[in-house]
Amino acid sequence: MKKIICAAILIIGFLSNSKAQIKKKDIVAKTPTNQLAKGKILYAKHCVVCHQADGGGVMGLNPPLIKTDYVLGDQKRLINIILKGLDKEIEIDGETYANPMPGLSHLSDQEVADVLSYIRNNFGNKASIISPAQVKVIRASKTK
Amino acid sequence: MRKKTIIPLFIACLVIVGISFSFMNKHKNDVTPFKPDADNAGLKLPVGFGANKVADNLGKARHIVITKDGSIYIKLMKVVDGKGILFLQDKDKDGKYEVQTAFCNYGGTGVTIKNGYLYASSDKEVFRYKLDENEQVIDPANPEKIITGLLARRQHQTKSILLDNEDNIYVNIGAPTNSCQENDRGLESKGKVGCPILDSAGGIWQFKANKLNQSYADGLRYATGIRNVMGLDWNTQNNTLYVMQHGRDNLNSSWPKLFNTKQSAEIPAEAMYMIKKGDNAGWPYVYYDTYQHKNILAPEYGGDGKKEGSKEFINPIVAFPAHMAPNALLFYTGNMFPERYKQGAFVAFHGSWNRAPEKQAGYFVAFVPFKDGKPAGEWEVFADGFSGLNEVMAPREALHRPCGLAQGPDGSLYVTDDVKGTVYRIGYNINK
Repeated sequence: MKKIICAAILIIGFLSNSKAQIKKKDIVAKTPTNQLAKGKILYAKHCVVCHQADGGGVMGLNPPLIKTDYVLGDQKRLINIILKGLDKEIEIDGETYANPMPGLSHLSDQEVADVLSYIRNNFGNKASIISPAQVKVIRASKTK
Repeated sequence: MRKKTIIPLFIACLVIVGISFSFMNKHKNDVTPFKPDADNAGLKLPVGFGANKVADNLGKARHIVITKDGSIYIKLMKVVDGKGILFLQDKDKDGKYEVQTAFCNYGGTGVTIKNGYLYASSDKEVFRYKLDENEQVIDPANPEKIITGLLARRQHQTKSILLDNEDNIYVNIGAPTNSCQENDRGLESKGKVGCPILDSAGGIWQFKANKLNQSYADGLRYATGIRNVMGLDWNTQNNTLYVMQHGRDNLNSSWPKLFNTKQSAEIPAEAMYMIKKGDNAGWPYVYYDTYQHKNILAPEYGGDGKKEGSKEFINPIVAFPAHMAPNALLFYTGNMFPERYKQGAFVAFHGSWNRAPEKQAGYFVAFVPFKDGKPAGEWEVFADGFSGLNEVMAPREALHRPCGLAQGPDGSLYVTDDVKGTVYRIGYNINK
């Protein structure tokens, strides 16, 4: 009897554990796709007019988002650019880009995370997903 | 006997005169006869016109001017090997021009020739260089600085220059914002009250062509309420200044409740203004609506896309589609092109970016027939195909973008491109 109970507990434990694992996997697999799809819509609404459909930007004016350190590097800097805008001339691959970008702090943490995750995984880019929690922390912090 | 001596003497005299003339003009260049490339340099042109590439890979070639003997000066936006003005000639007359010399240590856009001087601009200053009888710069290292201290921030900072026939020089000082908002290009950000930047930008300033070190206090704000101008020219028929404005951007991204993306792509018109002293074209308070054909109150100043602006502001003389970025204007006074082109206006449209997600527009040279300073017909595309594409979705796809215009002494039209640094020469092919 003891053996049966033990076996039952083990089986239940195994089953519930594996169920949980499936759930976790689902979340991991689903979230980015969802985020990227939402990010694409947000990009079309807020970004495309300047950064263009191919993420290539505009010579001398609006910087490209393709394989640049600004997009792929320091995530805090990237999140801050969306929240606060960028009002200085920057140089990418020897070209300068001068147009100011207005801050988009009216976007929610989730929206900022979605659109940044989208640009970090589109236009030939491949980088980690940005989470709403990361955006929340940076939005709350006073440091630039 | 007398006749026999006169003829050799006459020949000897001719030889001596000829030798001394060629010695005096040892730098003199002859205009290369126009000959189109087999593919017209990739351009689409009206019947009878042809084009050839006279130079390539020069850098960011902006404005251009041709001397009376067919030599070329080009201003580079960014210096190449430390030099910002190129001087080109075609010594072997093969139709391709070679860089003879390069000088000046600043990047910029404007370059022009008037009354024995070459004038060139950086983003903050204007210089002039004395020319010899062949219109070659005598002392490239020591120009006279005639204008200094002009406002140049990170938008619309380039200076275009033009001279009239009374020793005045006109300089565009572009406004450093889109629409004078509290938060430039920001969401529903209101316009600054009284738009203070109009004191020192957003207009055309007039200075003396022959006075050194002038700045705002020495100049005259000739016209105001003009967001940014790159193309400007003097019409010699009515002795008047004409300018091409780069119209405002971002109607949708700043005001999504009032304008959808399609409206934002198609409004406002790129406007050509005939400018009289004291005129106000109304930026940032109004924009010229492509469809309503009126100055409409800007949303930054209480507009809703319908309310008309104040009547004090002038109207354009020609309205082109939105955002095409007119980078040069030239009234044609040559004799090579057919009669209908004479006194008409050519406009180099650099090509849009602010129409995304709609497809982009421009990337061509347009023509408007004119008579006595007034348009005498609709505008039309004159030279197309610079981009190398059927349609441009994003500006960086374009292989070439027209930026500068100049008329050669034979009446051919030169067009610069600031992507690859190509120079095109467009001519009318009399033999075809």
